[in-house]
Amino acid sequence: MATTISTAPRRHFSWVWLGLTPFFLFAILFILLPSTSLFIDSFRDGQGNFTLANITGLTQSPIPESYWLSIRISAVTAIFGGILGFLLAYSRASGNLPRWLYPVTLTFAAVASNFAGVTLAFAFVNTLGRTGFVTAVLKGLGLDIYGFGFNLYSFLGLSLTYMYFQFPLMLLIMVPAIEGLKKEWREAAENLGASTFQYWLRVGFPLLLPSILATMLLLFGNAFGAYATAFALTGGRLNLITIQIGAQMRGDVLHNVNLGYAMALGMVLIMAVSLVGYTYLQRISERWLR
Amino acid sequence: MRKVAWVAWIIYIFGILYFVLPLFGTFIFSLQKSRGVLSLSAYQSAFADPKFLETFLFSNVMAVCTIIVSLLLVVPTAYWVQLRVPSWRPAVEFVTLLPFVIPAIVLVFGLIKTFGRPVTIFGVPVFPALTTSALSTDFLLVMAYVVLSLPYMYRAVDNGLRAMDVRVLTEAAQSLGAGWGTILWRIIIPNLRSALLSGALLTFAIVVGELTIATFLARPAFGPYLALLGNHKAYEPAALTIISFALTWLAMGLIDLVTRGSKRGPLTGAH
Repeated sequence: MATTISTAPRRHFSWVWLGLTPFFLFAILFILLPSTSLFIDSFRDGQGNFTLANITGLTQSPIPESYWLSIRISAVTAIFGGILGFLLAYSRASGNLPRWLYPVTLTFAAVASNFAGVTLAFAFVNTLGRTGFVTAVLKGLGLDIYGFGFNLYSFLGLSLTYMYFQFPLMLLIMVPAIEGLKKEWREAAENLGASTFQYWLRVGFPLLLPSILATMLLLFGNAFGAYATAFALTGGRLNLITIQIGAQMRGDVLHNVNLGYAMALGMVLIMAVSLVGYTYLQRISERWLR
Repeated sequence: MRKVAWVAWIIYIFGILYFVLPLFGTFIFSLQKSRGVLSLSAYQSAFADPKFLETFLFSNVMAVCTIIVSLLLVVPTAYWVQLRVPSWRPAVEFVTLLPFVIPAIVLVFGLIKTFGRPVTIFGVPVFPALTTSALSTDFLLVMAYVVLSLPYMYRAVDNGLRAMDVRVLTEAAQSLGAGWGTILWRIIIPNLRSALLSGALLTFAIVVGELTIATFLARPAFGPYLALLGNHKAYEPAALTIISFALTWLAMGLIDLVTRGSKRGPLTGAH
């Protein structure tokens, strides 16, 4: 034989992926195109020429302060919401509570983690606002929180409000994670003489840690992208980055829409970093918790 | 042991108070419109505003449209990925996670920028500006909501598909002469009922009351109406907050009911 014929079966070009066309067409039109166009115009001036002015413009006041405020509020509510959510999930798993509370907890958490936006802001005004229910009750007990300088339309006030959807989300994700801990591990630890506390400290908690951190990153992103709650609560008085972008879109400030695009780009980058971290930690936790 | 029980209780009570107090405060407040007596007059007055019915209806129509588009998009895609092109799974899942990276405010900014003028490819106009008429803006609004709901809808459907043997069901149906439409409609979808319903209800909870996208697309939705109402009224917004809360609860309760016994994914929406 002078010529060698490839014995490998010829790969037929397959058309089956065409079934995914509508999905990807949708994604390109309504996710990719809008975000990349913001991307591109972050590097353009009003006339369409290439420029880095918008990116460097991000360093001028009040933009860095806005990013920083958003990051702080997201981090604080992610950490405290994460801790409270985890403690609740842990208490639930400890098995010391009445039976009926178990399914109810999860439904409560699902409701609360979806109860965000305008309605949540109103609920907190009626609770911790100047004439709110809790404010009044505390005042009746001799504790005038506004007298102590508390203000709902502040960092602390918005954080308390965000916590309302943060800790239930943590609880919701931590419950299956804790239930994913194998009984054998606990039995093995107990056979070796470990107390409940030792088991949690040396086995349970370390196994859950990647999952806890991953979920906290999710909470971070959850708060970082929030606009409606903050807007309805503070009416734009608190200078979050989402509020800034909203003002930019309304044309209220700065009068440079390309700078607005750059601000949006910065947000997407921060969100992307937190999602990459989330995916990475989630992968580690999946090695153990299945 | 007893110490652990005490700590668990204290944490739980704190959590419950955090959850209940804002609702209780709002509820009490909503009953105080008439001076000196508790009454439902804030509810009456809130419902009597024709704007309420208008915007609430509008948001519900948008929610239904979103659910329909989302299902049409997600069900065949997830099915096809599971059955024929599993190698595309990472790409599809990546796309469904993108809405987590792009906050609603950024999404609507990009949508207005992209579709606020005629879309052209290399100078050739593909379609006209979408923000010029009410109907085309509503279309854009629905598309934005589909994007917001994509992660939850996809996860719900994907979980449902994984819980059954898609291949065996499909092959059995094919060997009996069923076409793709019949397979999806008569075999796959009935088996997905609870997954579809929970995805739909979650989408509903996200869309009705959504503020960010509706505001910037300037559509008469319930979220912007409520925000505006909060600026000049006190008791009616509280009443509507309680109503919204009851609706969210209803949606979650129904999800709970239909998915009972099956493995649940995180039930939550975007903010």
